[in-house]
Amino acid sequence: MSGITYQRGREPHPKEHRVVFRNVDRVGWDTGIDTFLKEGGYEQLKKALGMERSAIIDEVKKAGLRGRGGAGFPCGVKWTFIPPGNTKPVYLICNADESEPGTFKDRYILHQDPHQLLEGMIIACFAVGAKLAYIYIREEFPEAAQIVEKAIAEAHAKGFLGKDILGSGFDLEIYVHRGAGAYICGEETGLIESLEGKRPYPRIKPPYFPAAMGLYLCPTIVNNVETLCHVKHILEMGGEAWAQTGTKNNTGTRILCVSGDVKKPGYFEVEVGKVTMGEVINDMCGGLKDGRKLKAVIPGGSSAKVLRADETFTVGRGDDARQLTIRDIPMDFDTMAACGSMAGSGGVIVIDDSRSISWVLNNLNNFYAHESCGQCTPCREGSLWMKKITDRVVAGKASPADIDTLYGVAKNIDGRTICAFGEACSWPTESFVEKFRDELVADTKPELEGALVSAEPLTAAAGLR
Amino acid sequence: MSEPTKTDLVDVQIDGVWHQFPKGTRLIEACRQVGVEVPHYCYHPKLTSPGNCRMCLVETGMPPRPMPGAEPPQPDESGHLPISWIPRPVIACANTVAPNMGVRTTGPITEGCRQGVMELLLANHPLDCPICDQAGECTLQEYSVEHGKGESRFREQKVKKPKNVEVGPRVRLDDERCIMCSRCIRFTDEIADDPVLGFTDRGSHTVLAVYPGRELANNYSLNTVDICPVGALTSNDFRFQMRVWFMRETQTIDTNCATGCNITVFSRQNRIYRIVPRQNNDVNSDWMPDSHRLNFHWIDSEARLTDPMLKVDGVHRTATWNEALSVAAERLASLSGSEIAVIASARMTNEELFMTSRLVKLLGAGHVETVPRQGEADGYLVSADRNPNTNGVKLVLGLENPGSTLDRVKSGIEQGRIKALIVLQENLVDDAGFSPELLGKLDFLLATYPIANPTTGLADVVLPGACWAEKSGTMINVTGRLQRLNKAVDGPGQTREPWEIVRDLVHALGGGNGIYSVTEVFKQLAAEVPEFKGLSWGQIGDLGLPLIETGETIPALEREKERKAAGIIVG
Repeated sequence: MSGITYQRGREPHPKEHRVVFRNVDRVGWDTGIDTFLKEGGYEQLKKALGMERSAIIDEVKKAGLRGRGGAGFPCGVKWTFIPPGNTKPVYLICNADESEPGTFKDRYILHQDPHQLLEGMIIACFAVGAKLAYIYIREEFPEAAQIVEKAIAEAHAKGFLGKDILGSGFDLEIYVHRGAGAYICGEETGLIESLEGKRPYPRIKPPYFPAAMGLYLCPTIVNNVETLCHVKHILEMGGEAWAQTGTKNNTGTRILCVSGDVKKPGYFEVEVGKVTMGEVINDMCGGLKDGRKLKAVIPGGSSAKVLRADETFTVGRGDDARQLTIRDIPMDFDTMAACGSMAGSGGVIVIDDSRSISWVLNNLNNFYAHESCGQCTPCREGSLWMKKITDRVVAGKASPADIDTLYGVAKNIDGRTICAFGEACSWPTESFVEKFRDELVADTKPELEGALVSAEPLTAAAGLR
Repeated sequence: MSEPTKTDLVDVQIDGVWHQFPKGTRLIEACRQVGVEVPHYCYHPKLTSPGNCRMCLVETGMPPRPMPGAEPPQPDESGHLPISWIPRPVIACANTVAPNMGVRTTGPITEGCRQGVMELLLANHPLDCPICDQAGECTLQEYSVEHGKGESRFREQKVKKPKNVEVGPRVRLDDERCIMCSRCIRFTDEIADDPVLGFTDRGSHTVLAVYPGRELANNYSLNTVDICPVGALTSNDFRFQMRVWFMRETQTIDTNCATGCNITVFSRQNRIYRIVPRQNNDVNSDWMPDSHRLNFHWIDSEARLTDPMLKVDGVHRTATWNEALSVAAERLASLSGSEIAVIASARMTNEELFMTSRLVKLLGAGHVETVPRQGEADGYLVSADRNPNTNGVKLVLGLENPGSTLDRVKSGIEQGRIKALIVLQENLVDDAGFSPELLGKLDFLLATYPIANPTTGLADVVLPGACWAEKSGTMINVTGRLQRLNKAVDGPGQTREPWEIVRDLVHALGGGNGIYSVTEVFKQLAAEVPEFKGLSWGQIGDLGLPLIETGETIPALEREKERKAAGIIVG
């Protein structure tokens, strides 16, 4: 980036394209509003307040901005789901409950550039007609909450929030709401229930689509932190210009969070689809640790289906069909889906050949068994069952038949639950069993088939209940 | 509500057959209307639908959406488009019908879902059916047979949870049996306005619990036991008393107040073990108050009157019915009608009151009255009028303002104008403020009642009258609905139903016309009382029918109607 110096050792990789993360790790940057204003802060808000609301939504639609929280749903389209002729209050919620294992991008925005988020949010609120907005920050981000609270107070003092913002007649208040430490609060309807002061049990859809019946049963737009930041940049660049970054239908930039067995894990803002998995792992992250081989990658947060290092992926249809190795996969929404997984939240988890697949899967199953909200039957009963089976696999107390049961349980969850947690907890098991069955079976003992299961906890992890 | 017009109906194919349903009909109700049961746990038509049990998942389909430029699908000869089936199942309880929709309640997807959910529900369920009160009426058992695989792959240790938890004075919880359907939570919140129940902890460790420092003590708490699909919530009163399959069920009505909640009495070998509400959307919906439900143990009391008794030299001795009736007839015949007063009861059936009116006429009795019972209405199902048949008293006995002239009876006795009192199914000393001294002034006192009391203690002739559970007849509730009371058990010893007693007294006084069944009494009543004209016993049915307009409503039903109109519940 021209004219910007970054902290030593934290410089962006040359293949990065920083927009949202422009100021992350920047020398001389702080979270104060004065710093933000010096760099043209809140100018886009001023522009937006002079625009027709529909024109702002059109720009976001033209940009083709897809949600960065995990589902990748077109943001502008979501905004138009508010029922026409609505007379109820409209709410906007910023989902800062970043909980998907392997994902750590939103925290840097909250920690280092809160005004960017606020500006994007205020513009979004103006566009959808929300006069009250919430930033739902996960319990595990106490510092982020303090920083954002301070930023809100500063924006208030400068007239960017409150009554009659910048003389436009538009009123808006933004409140920070702290979660209490549950993964399910990242699910938008669970988040809404939590915000209403209840247990975060996700709602059934239909009828409770948030855009029509959300917070307090009023139209509600829930967007991810990164998504809302992009709104500011879309206004700055114009929707069409913004769409020039990235690739067709996978526009803009997004932040990848790489963790696991690479030399230099970290966050990288890249143009969507312009870099491949191989470039991310080998170039940006410095490759695998010495002497290790790539075994698998979970490409989009822990709930994304695992990709095997030696798999060949066929993407595209008809004449466009082509074969990809894992290193060739461009990091975008559509190709990742065509490869049988998902770009999800951008959390890339790299697994090398030193890892036991049974251990990896058990680790994931532990998380999901612990985080299942328990509302609906398949996920409540199935997630703990899967964990208990993989506990035994890891402890060498399972039989090959248990692997079939494990797979069967996952299949009984997938597609049958109230919210996407069902898929989130069953996809890892399904994909690991489908792709690494041999390795899982190798950790089992045929003679244990039908043997009684001991009442004692099997591993330290099993002691987690 | 007006009948839906043609345009409000949508065509839906259920298991290969096309039907029409009003827009907005939930799939589960559409299936039920055409005789297809969709298994479910959390869904209850009177409560909101959280869709949490996943038992009602069904395969659905819609007409295929053509690719751009492709030919749109063509309707078949019946005018329906082809159905493109969707691999992802949906819950039938919360999704509504759509034009040209297809629903499959059989087939690999739906059946696979049911098998899967059953296996998961049973994974951590204790399977202690042999000692569980719910066994025999447990949907987990029933669906397990109908939709389960018959075996489980679950080999792990089950989750341990609290057992034998006292959540309130009348309700007990076994958390291991709970399948987290949340019906009880929704009931206490949405119907009873006492949201003390909730879930705590997470995932498979979720437990149902009562709010710290609170208890499930409201007067509707036992309804949670009724709607619990498993044996998680049990009734302290019924717990471990009797296996459900041994009991006989009698459909009848509650007589503790003028609402007349429809109930089912469960009995075995002439003993009542429990009472549960029976659905009637015009009376009590699916609910009833605990106070009314549990008010039956006195029926087995040691103090029950079992034989007619005559007072001889100040001491009661048992007598035969003939003896007692002829003594009564003799004493009454010696008095003039103006010297006789009859105190009947608004707890009596229309048939009993009808026979009473015959007796009054025959004796030319100078006064007839009933005892009022007023309490506080609770704003749900308990009526301020604690008599079940005040409207019957008005219609059949012809009293305009029942209970308003009791003081005149008292002063009549005081002044010696009233010399004989016939007390039918009432306890004047305890319930009507008649002092023993006052009753002592009478020349003759006849009292019928199910149980010994201060009034029967003073009576010259005591006749054992059957209680509400031991007799049949009809009553008219607070809204003017005619409902049938059906005999569940036999009265003890020589007890007779009150209509029989009054008939026998009429006979003994020489006015007999040979009525041998309560239905015959009803027939005569229908012939004589204009409001009943043209009605037959059979017509009344198990749910009763509206007879008169009283202008009164039942608050719980009014709220239910509002919730239904708002689309919150199916109703």
